[in-house]
Amino acid sequence: MFETFMINAFETSAIVAIVSGVVGFFTVLRGAAFAAHAIPNGAFAGAAGASLLGISKLVGLGVFALVGAVLIAALGRRSRSDVATALTVALLLGLGDLFLSRSEEYSAQVFALLFGDILGVASYQIVPTALLGLACILVILMLYRPLLLSSVVPDVAEARGISPRWMDLAFLIILALVTTMAVPIVGAFLIFSLLIGPAAAARAFTDRPLPAMVMSSCIALVVVWAAIAVSYTTNLPVGFFVGSFSGLCYGLGRGWAIWGDRLRMSGRPAG
Amino acid sequence: MVLAGRTILDRVSFTVAPGSFTGLIGSNGAGKTTLLKTILGLVKPTSGTVSIGGAAGPRRDPIVGYVPQKIALEPDAPLRARDLIGLGLDGHRYGMTRPSARRRNLIDEILAAVNATRFADRRVGRLSGGEQQRVMIAHALISRPRLLLLDEPLANLDIGSSHEVVELLRRIATDQGIAIVLTAHDMNPLLHAMDRIVYIARGRAVSGTTAEVVRTETLSELYGYHVEVIHAAGRVLVAAGEAGEGKNARTPPAPPDSQVG
Ligand SMILES: Nc1ncnc2c1ncn2[C@@H]1O[C@H](COP(=O)(O)OP(=O)(O)OP(=O)(O)O)[C@@H](O)[C@H]1O
Ligand SMILES: [Mg+2]
Repeated sequence: MFETFMINAFETSAIVAIVSGVVGFFTVLRGAAFAAHAIPNGAFAGAAGASLLGISKLVGLGVFALVGAVLIAALGRRSRSDVATALTVALLLGLGDLFLSRSEEYSAQVFALLFGDILGVASYQIVPTALLGLACILVILMLYRPLLLSSVVPDVAEARGISPRWMDLAFLIILALVTTMAVPIVGAFLIFSLLIGPAAAARAFTDRPLPAMVMSSCIALVVVWAAIAVSYTTNLPVGFFVGSFSGLCYGLGRGWAIWGDRLRMSGRPAG
Repeated sequence: MVLAGRTILDRVSFTVAPGSFTGLIGSNGAGKTTLLKTILGLVKPTSGTVSIGGAAGPRRDPIVGYVPQKIALEPDAPLRARDLIGLGLDGHRYGMTRPSARRRNLIDEILAAVNATRFADRRVGRLSGGEQQRVMIAHALISRPRLLLLDEPLANLDIGSSHEVVELLRRIATDQGIAIVLTAHDMNPLLHAMDRIVYIARGRAVSGTTAEVVRTETLSELYGYHVEVIHAAGRVLVAAGEAGEGKNARTPPAPPDSQVG
């Protein structure tokens, strides 16, 4: 199980998992799951456009992810943000359709962008992945407190001088960075499940923000590594296991929470 | 103050002194929240100024604390009451929280001051409305503001708790020399605590002591038609006069309680 391509897979997926866990914590806290779905899917169109122009896919992904983030922030300012998000992803996917119809990209490559290609990661991909991941983590660490405050009580944060609009934009840009980092590795659909599942599961195990963030990363790491290992032995796609393990973790978390409540209830009388 | 082409508030002027307790009274839609947001600098007045501590231009840092009218916290969010209160201390700073004994003591102190120690370690989203109210008050107080603005802090509370919160705020104002401004649609729970009242109606306001403002003549002039101020059993009722433009009693007749104003 430890050939070069497997080592590459374990390394890059570890970076992707840790970063997704951290960003996922804020995604779930802010109720931004829809944006976390929309930006990777919109960015997918950018990769299609880049291959049409013959430039790096990473550039296409990055540009479209950023455009998506800015559009969602700008449109969401005046109207409901779910409407803005939906319109943005529709616009970007429409462009993706156009690009794909003009290009000779064969479906395997398109497929890889949607469902990832963890076992096909090449050594040269590790450095850009690590750099983008590091950038995400640094930005999150820097914005940790204002982002946390603004996510839970936006108007109180605003009264303290933390503009909710800037925080929204900053967060969406972080999502765009994660997207650019993760789509070439795990694909547009799987990054979504890595952003939501582990973070949602983690909040069942702890009621403190920082431990929840760290635990979210750990769960994501376990999910991805287990998925790769099981996929290697069963020869079934990694994506299938990432998706189902991530759901499973959430289920376990819920079970744990319900069990904990029961224990507490039987432990002491009502009240 | 004009919002979306409608004049909401016009020629409203009042001052608050350190350590004083001011009630901003008005019915739904009178413009109480708008006035607080103007003081915070979250909405810009069409004309006029707000000055705090001598310096024109409000807001920022620990000078003004704010407890909003609606607090919507998610029940599952991994955030305890004490975490949220800690963010009141340093939530506007960049970087991560650095735990320290001093920080912890400050949080414990403020928890005790607002009588919230009991639920300090519970998830804040799962607390009751009144408990969350206290947490938000602690969140605002911990940064030692000179002015504390509270929007309808009594709206969620039963008579007993609302009495407790008023006492608590009154004590904080006096002990710490903080100017407290709170809004309410019913002035009764505040009558004995307020140093000054700002009564808002029809986009205008009158201010002064309760004795000056809550009088038939003053309020009739504000409303522009005859209203009757009725004192009964230590409570005040503002009722529209005979030709009340279809408006009935301004203050809903609350159930009788033991409170003596
Ligand atoms: N952004 C806005 N654009 C247009 N009108 C607004 C805006 N915000 C508030 N208003 C209007 O201003 C008036 C005053 O609103 P405000 O929220 O200040 O009332 P309030 O006194 O706080 O009422 P309540 O007791 O219901 O909280 C209302 O008629 C409201 O519809
Ligand atoms: Mg209001």
